[in-house]
Amino acid sequence: MTTIDTHATSAAAPAGAGIAGVADWVTTTDHKKIGRLYLGAAGVSLVGSLVVAGLLALERISTDGTLLPIESLTQLFSIYRFGLTYMVMLPLMIGAALCVVPLQVGSRAVAFPRVAATGFWTWLVGSITAIVSIAANGGPNGGNRIFVDLFMLASGLAILGLLATAVSLATTILTTRAPGMNMRRVPWFTWSVLVMSLALLVALPILVGDLLVLFLAHKYPAVSDLNGNRAISEWAAFGFTQPTTLLFVIPAFGFLADTVATATGKRLVPRGTIFAAIGLVGTAMFAAAVQSPVVIRAGFSSLSAGDKISDLVPFALVHVLPLLGAFLALALTAQALRKKPTIGAPLVFGLFAALLAVGGAAASALNHVGDAGLVGTTFEEGTWLTLVYAAVLAAMGAVAHWGPKLWGRAMPLKATLPLALLGFLGAALASLPLMIAGFADQPGGVFPAVEPGVPGVVLFDYSGPSALWNALSLVGHCLGLLAVLAFVGLAIRSFTSGERVGDDPWNGQTLEWATTSPAPANNFADIHIVQSAEPLLDLKTSNRSDA
Amino acid sequence: MLALPTAPAPQPRRQILVGTALVLAGAVALMGGLIGLFLKFRTIANDNGETWLPDGTKFSMVAANVMLITLLPICLFAQWAVYSAKRDDKPHTGLALGLTGLIGLAFINAQAFIFATTALPIDQGTYSYLFYAVTGMTMALAIVGVAFTAVAAFRYLGGRTTDRAIVSAHALYWYAFSAIFAVVWFVVYVTK
Repeated sequence: MTTIDTHATSAAAPAGAGIAGVADWVTTTDHKKIGRLYLGAAGVSLVGSLVVAGLLALERISTDGTLLPIESLTQLFSIYRFGLTYMVMLPLMIGAALCVVPLQVGSRAVAFPRVAATGFWTWLVGSITAIVSIAANGGPNGGNRIFVDLFMLASGLAILGLLATAVSLATTILTTRAPGMNMRRVPWFTWSVLVMSLALLVALPILVGDLLVLFLAHKYPAVSDLNGNRAISEWAAFGFTQPTTLLFVIPAFGFLADTVATATGKRLVPRGTIFAAIGLVGTAMFAAAVQSPVVIRAGFSSLSAGDKISDLVPFALVHVLPLLGAFLALALTAQALRKKPTIGAPLVFGLFAALLAVGGAAASALNHVGDAGLVGTTFEEGTWLTLVYAAVLAAMGAVAHWGPKLWGRAMPLKATLPLALLGFLGAALASLPLMIAGFADQPGGVFPAVEPGVPGVVLFDYSGPSALWNALSLVGHCLGLLAVLAFVGLAIRSFTSGERVGDDPWNGQTLEWATTSPAPANNFADIHIVQSAEPLLDLKTSNRSDA
Repeated sequence: MLALPTAPAPQPRRQILVGTALVLAGAVALMGGLIGLFLKFRTIANDNGETWLPDGTKFSMVAANVMLITLLPICLFAQWAVYSAKRDDKPHTGLALGLTGLIGLAFINAQAFIFATTALPIDQGTYSYLFYAVTGMTMALAIVGVAFTAVAAFRYLGGRTTDRAIVSAHALYWYAFSAIFAVVWFVVYVTK
């Protein structure tokens, strides 16, 4: 068998115990296992990153900024940003997608399973190396030349790993759909994953290219705008901030639509318009193409008509269209909630995740209006956190919703629902106060450098109630961490010793509910023919008619 | 109780071709980003009246032009391989893939020649960083292309003659690579 076989037979290998079990997971090409590896690794990263976020918030409460050693703050900010962006947000979404998408499209395997597996391990090795290099005084604004170099190579490697899995996902959706499933009939979540994957393929290679140039400039120093470890903050920051990060939460809209359709038991319409709205969010990818912030300049009203147009057109493309798409996707999906849905934890998780994503898109647009005066403040960080928590809530909802297909057991809805509320409260408290503090000019930055004696992100130079906002943010991170830990604990208990559930516990509409719970290694004993976007709903309606 | 109708498992629809196209989209974005950065810094340098090309930098334009010209036969031979594979003409498919790989190696050799003969240390500043990033990445893509040719040849000549999609995907790769290099040639070697 060659390296480009598309349907690896080893996916059917049974899991063993001990070393054999570990080897099975390490060498697996089963998309459900690779997806769970992504979710597990991203979950561990999430807990670690939230602890760092809490420490930084605690540092900000201390008005003299001396709680943590000042030498370590630069690294902590870098770990916080890199960790939550490329070790949590995107891997959570890709992991959930990898678990579910082949099941949703009625495929027996993911396309290029070895590429997907290699993508995971590449991402894992790259991410861990990047974190180690930051901790060793490398990374953005780092002082150790070798480890700054290593950070750039490692983060590029991590991103390439994620891209490899995105290629696998997009190819699965485009080529392995069940007979009869044309592109208008793909499930909502699958569509949103396709939009995200294609957008990532446009946006992230540009970041990899920039990291390569920055690596060369840092490795072989000369007088240049690209030179020095601080150039990373200037030239690669677009990959760690909005609107690029908005691309990472696109699946939240598809997840919401799937859960709303399931909860209402009705067909979600207008299908084409919701598809188009989710697609519009993907236009944020063009922000990466310009490799610098797309802003409406300060003093906009005094600009000439030509300058106004030259500001407005790109702004509309990378900020307004994604915001419009996000809002429409949420609004059109949420209006179906009038049809008396069955309120379950996945629906609430999805609703909160989409709300946060729309809020993040709106805040991102505002952040790039020059006259708002928010550039260089913590408003950007608050916006970013909104999207981070959107991804976290969407992933938690996905695990609660599709858990039966992965483990054969379900999480108890009554116990899971409060965690969605707690997570949303944590998200709001973690992000909103930083946005408010941003209006009061609390300084911030994507990769801020903290230096002794220099007022910066932890030594506040404004007279506002900084302690209040930062204390609220700390409380938000603590609540978020609590929600995550409680969810993980509940998930482990439920999926190992919880009650077994049937093949279709939520009365689903799409193909993943047509196979057994848990799904077998090759997903489906029989390949189903699809005649609508909701094949199981058709079947149930037909059954009722016959009865 | 009714059940969903079933069907035999369908063959994946042009999976390798679609996967290759997606990877190529990423490669185009990568090279587009690098070339965009090159043009951006060149414009800044020109606007500020600064020297863009370091003094004494000269390329072998003969080698650069030869690289561009080699892409024509590469595309022709790659398409010849597709044509022959569709007709189950194994000898001609093998010959076409072999020639594609050979000319791909010649392309890499020409790029290596430019690196060896251009008196441009990498630590000369923005221009040298971008020059080596753009051309180095082009060379990396060419190496991937030659490896792809080798894989396609081994698979096809090894007996998987029904697996024509990989030969088509291989041709697509070289078409896209040719387009990318044509832009690189114009921006980096012609307009500098």
